[in-house]
Amino acid sequence: MSETSTNMAIHTISVYVANKPGVLARIAQIFARRGFNIDSLVVSPSSDGRYSRMTIASQGSAEGLEQIILQVSKLVDVMHCMDHSTGDAIVREMALAKLRVTFEQRTEVLQICEHFGCKTVDLTPTAMTVMVTGPSEKLDACLAMLRQFELVELVRTGKVVMARGDEVT
Amino acid sequence: MSEKTMTGAEALVRCLENEGVEYIFGLSGGAALPIFDAIVESKIKLILVRHEQGATHMADGYARATGKPGVVLVTSGPGATNTITGILTAHMDSVPMIVLTGQTISPMLGKDAFQEADVFGLTMPVVKHSYLIKSTESIPRVLREAMHITSSGRPGPVLIDVPKDFSAGEFAGDLYPEMDLPGFSPDSVEPDQTIVRQIAEALSKSRKPVILAGHGALISGAEDVLRQLAEKMQAPVTNTLLGKGAFPESHPLSLGMLGMHGTAYANKALVDCDLVMSVGSRFDDRIIGKAPLFCRDAVRIHIDIDPSEFGRMIQCDHYCQGDAKIVLERLLEHVGELNTKKWLTTLDGYKRRYPLTYKKRGGLKMQQILDTLNTMTGGDAIMVTDVGQHQMWAAQFCRTEKPNTWLSSGGAGTMGYGLPAGIGAAFGKPKSPVWVIAGDGGFQMTMCELATAAINKIPVKVIVMNNRYLGMVRQWQTMFYDDRKSGVDLEGNPDFAKLTEAFPGGKGFTLKRAGDIRKVLEKAMAYNDGPCVINAIVEKTDNVFPMIPAGAPLEEMLISEPKSNQKLEKPTGST
Repeated sequence: MSETSTNMAIHTISVYVANKPGVLARIAQIFARRGFNIDSLVVSPSSDGRYSRMTIASQGSAEGLEQIILQVSKLVDVMHCMDHSTGDAIVREMALAKLRVTFEQRTEVLQICEHFGCKTVDLTPTAMTVMVTGPSEKLDACLAMLRQFELVELVRTGKVVMARGDEVT
Repeated sequence: MSEKTMTGAEALVRCLENEGVEYIFGLSGGAALPIFDAIVESKIKLILVRHEQGATHMADGYARATGKPGVVLVTSGPGATNTITGILTAHMDSVPMIVLTGQTISPMLGKDAFQEADVFGLTMPVVKHSYLIKSTESIPRVLREAMHITSSGRPGPVLIDVPKDFSAGEFAGDLYPEMDLPGFSPDSVEPDQTIVRQIAEALSKSRKPVILAGHGALISGAEDVLRQLAEKMQAPVTNTLLGKGAFPESHPLSLGMLGMHGTAYANKALVDCDLVMSVGSRFDDRIIGKAPLFCRDAVRIHIDIDPSEFGRMIQCDHYCQGDAKIVLERLLEHVGELNTKKWLTTLDGYKRRYPLTYKKRGGLKMQQILDTLNTMTGGDAIMVTDVGQHQMWAAQFCRTEKPNTWLSSGGAGTMGYGLPAGIGAAFGKPKSPVWVIAGDGGFQMTMCELATAAINKIPVKVIVMNNRYLGMVRQWQTMFYDDRKSGVDLEGNPDFAKLTEAFPGGKGFTLKRAGDIRKVLEKAMAYNDGPCVINAIVEKTDNVFPMIPAGAPLEEMLISEPKSNQKLEKPTGST
């Protein structure tokens, strides 16, 4: 593949796999061998417990990723593997942000939270932990606002993705 | 259902018998004791090797010669890690193989137990699939799945790691269980009809087509339909190293092997063609040279059972997923004779102008030995090679006429492959003469398997092309590194003929003069009581041509030795 045509967009890939040991290692290996970093990864059992759903966000060239998807699809324990970056899909993510907040700052933080539809999940005289959910871009915007205060720690779940309408992911 | 109690290992061996396994190539050890014990009562023949790598190459040679999966059984830890080179070799060349490895007892897994190695993890990138057995009862199901996976679609090695407590444990399950492979849909074999028609149309417009036959054509058994199609269309056929045998190389439409050390006329045909149709080749870097320039003005067609090969090396105009044989059968219905008279005349001109040749003056030439051997066998033998200069010359001068009679490590380029693979082929095809062409470097990597051949009275015939160099590397150093030789000198080799005689039933010959070639080969042909080795003291510094420097386009092929004052750039491609 020519280096010039690389387009380093972030891709959201969903993989439907048999719920067996070693599957994640095999998939991760294919990404690693091609030099692709996995930005986020969500794995959980699907509605049918024999299978798991993985949602992988990764950055890299579209051509390279196409090859990765073909190779992942080939694995014995993989049912299917799809890139949802271009199609119309529901993408959601959740983040927990812990802030050190003084009494004077609290109202302003709550205003920001209200604007972004965040939930306060923990509140003490000196700290508060807020939960924000939504598309990743919304999380980025909300967190940019919250960073004005002292951000003690941040945990993001990574994206999950689902096809819209009656299409299957 | 079991009539009397049996162990997991006995169930495993019973299942192997039911799958029609004739031979297990292996080496025993502690963690595999229950399985070796179970073989005692079995009709499967255990071939005891001298090193586990040899077992994998034997299974590989057996599989390539017969089309049936080869089976390997080794112990845990180093026994298992010694198989990795052989597994890689099989993986790269799509060879069906089952590798059974003993493992420490399950409660000790991950505790650095004696002879424990995470072989499931270690082999993950080089297997088609792998299993770590989790219960005695699961053994028959896993084995059945493994046998199915290894040979279906694009074949490849499957590893089964068997903890000793499960092989020793009492088995009370079903010997004929259902497979549980929901995610495994073997690559679809039936091609899309629309694509077939598009390819047929592209072919019908072509005046300068080339069919490129790869290993996939052999795996699918497409040789007859490929020949019909080529003859019907009057299209020339070139083959990859592993595609040798897919199309008879003595056929007037054959261009022989293409690529780095392919024939000049095959490479010239690819430079000039207006259409290239790959049948089961993966456009490996050895054959395309510089990827963006490969057949850039031609219509490119890729037929492969494995869709993950599409677009991997080069972009094509048509991709057709399917079994090579079935795709060609469909194509045959849609194409007629093409107008290729002029093209075939041009190619015949290339064949006359740039024949494969060598100088008979000077010392003993590998090419002359191979040329003579080719005439004497007439393609009626299984040729197994090691890796290096002799391999390329063998590919050039030993014409392959029939499928599964050319065995060579292509993708992995595994030195040491030849002798054990030849032994495995001889087990699989006892009626066929088996010749192993090896270099002195590769031969010494696995020559301990002469013992395996001797004890089993395997009449494998080995020619050691002894130039006292790692010749191919030496050739590159001479051509691209100002002849600064480094790490290639093998002076001080043992006398391979004498060495062979040290094994019971082993026979050694020495070949020094060109005038003796025929005589020595005849003697070797007549010797069938065990392995024989011809120690051929060949010229030290001959170079293989034609040659396309790695990473260069096909246009930059060197047809013969460049002039001594001609300075060559270091190749940009890998090896």
